[in-house]
Amino acid sequence: MSGPLRVDPYEPRGLARVIESAGAGLLAFLWVLPLLYAVWTAFHPAEFSARFTLGAPLTLENFARAWEAAPFARYFLNSFLLVSLVLAGQFVLCTLAAYAFARYEFPGREIAFMLVLVQLMIMPDVLIVENYRTMSRLGILDSIPAIALPYIASAFGVFLLRQTFKTVPRELDDAARVEGANALQVLLKVYVPLARPVYIAYGLVSVSYHWNNFLWPLIVTNSVESRPLTVGLQVFSSGDQGIDWSVICAATLMTSAPLLLAFLLFQRQFVQSFMRAGIR
Amino acid sequence: MADDGSGRVAPATLIHDSSKERRWSGAAPAAAIHGWLLLLPALALLALFTHFPAVATLIDSFYSTPRGARGSVFIGLDNYQTMVEDPVFWTSLVNSIWFALGTIPISIALAILMAAWVNDRIAGRTLVRMAYFTPTILPMIAVANIWLFFYTPQYGLLEQVLGAFGAPSHNWLGSRSTALLCVIVVAIWKEAGFFMIFYLAALQQIPPHLAEAAALEGASRWTFFRRVQFPLLMPTTLFVLVNAVIGAFRTVDHVIVMTRGGPDNATSLLLYHLYQVGFSFWDTGYAAAITAVLLAILAALAFGQYFFLERRVHYR
Repeated sequence: MSGPLRVDPYEPRGLARVIESAGAGLLAFLWVLPLLYAVWTAFHPAEFSARFTLGAPLTLENFARAWEAAPFARYFLNSFLLVSLVLAGQFVLCTLAAYAFARYEFPGREIAFMLVLVQLMIMPDVLIVENYRTMSRLGILDSIPAIALPYIASAFGVFLLRQTFKTVPRELDDAARVEGANALQVLLKVYVPLARPVYIAYGLVSVSYHWNNFLWPLIVTNSVESRPLTVGLQVFSSGDQGIDWSVICAATLMTSAPLLLAFLLFQRQFVQSFMRAGIR
Repeated sequence: MADDGSGRVAPATLIHDSSKERRWSGAAPAAAIHGWLLLLPALALLALFTHFPAVATLIDSFYSTPRGARGSVFIGLDNYQTMVEDPVFWTSLVNSIWFALGTIPISIALAILMAAWVNDRIAGRTLVRMAYFTPTILPMIAVANIWLFFYTPQYGLLEQVLGAFGAPSHNWLGSRSTALLCVIVVAIWKEAGFFMIFYLAALQQIPPHLAEAAALEGASRWTFFRRVQFPLLMPTTLFVLVNAVIGAFRTVDHVIVMTRGGPDNATSLLLYHLYQVGFSFWDTGYAAAITAVLLAILAALAFGQYFFLERRVHYR
């Protein structure tokens, strides 16, 4: 990524480069070791789960047994619905709010913005007790919307999109209005398309977060119909029916597979998205 | 932050300017109505799930937990009194601090090292970067399951490797002295690669002529890092630090999977204790008091960052 014409004087060369590469490689190996370990265990019969011999037979049996032992298909569907609901809600609400903050001047705007930013500090993850009571009062405990609701108005999303909308040249906005577009049309035709990379970045981060989220879904859900994968996996692997490690590893890999595959395919976008969303 | 470009000089016609004036100034009541309408959905949800619960937490912490026919009554500071006398609360608080102290410096140091390595043209750097980043996108609950197996007595990989060197068998997650350490290792492994990408971005922002100048002066690689790169990375370090500290107080997934706070509360973090009190003992009054303390810690961290650190790291 650094300029090809300039030579970095501190770039390691010769032996130093070999040593540095070896160090980096060793650390990388250590970093993927737990995952490799899980892959080994999941694809071999149980008697090889802790024995590493080259001739060990490969099998998909563990995946089949995990799939049969718990309603994983339902959990996958729930996680998918949850992530879609959160993402759709976040996109709509954060876009509208960010547009107001970026391009409208009205009394109380600064106070409203502060009220939004409060959520960066007081996250839904910590307010579990009160939010549980709220869901109970609303009568929607043990449902997918109950998992999603506290996260839909995301201060982080509002902030990120507001910063992006502010960089849109006013001339484009004015031009669209001269053409007769109203405020909402300007938002959809000018601002949203220009902010596409930010939506992708924010979307990837949000999907990863909510696919992996655990504590709040664990608290509000109580049935197969609403449990996301993470909670399903925990219920499955902590059950004391003497499930062996190979099956648990297979279930673990299944849970991680969608994001892991997406990451392996779109590695660059993932890294850049997490970076873009983080640096703000 | 408040400047939205309205101060810039626009070489526009008079008509253009006046139309802008009309649309963007606060005087127009239509703009105010539009603005608030656009904000309404997001603010309503925030009010319901952030502002209201935060205030309700404070109020509830002064009331008793309703039990059966007995409703909740005002009991002043009794819940806080309970907290002060609750040894598990103190253990959890100390554990959380140790967890933060154990996780943050090492993951930041590792993140810088990883970024420096991946920034150089080492062999297989795409693969290496991918390996470092992979834990970030895996569910904590899933990786905790894998690490659980990793630490298992006798069968676990750790035991096998150590056994090969003749070390005696040890129940890593089952003994008070090592359980928290095991949890810390998992957290470091999960976070270092995430922090790496911010350092990588920052390193690539450093202008190359700085390295050339330093090399002309005869500075060693280490001196260049210590005197030039590391100071320039300070804003990144602050950003990562804030993220890491907040993360340390809101991560419990691995504790729930690996140890359930045990053995003997050795790995009970503050949020885990809150979860136990709120959803195992259903003592909502006391849980509100713990939440209030947790919120106070997070608020103190945010203000500390804003008023103290913000001005010390401004290099650019």
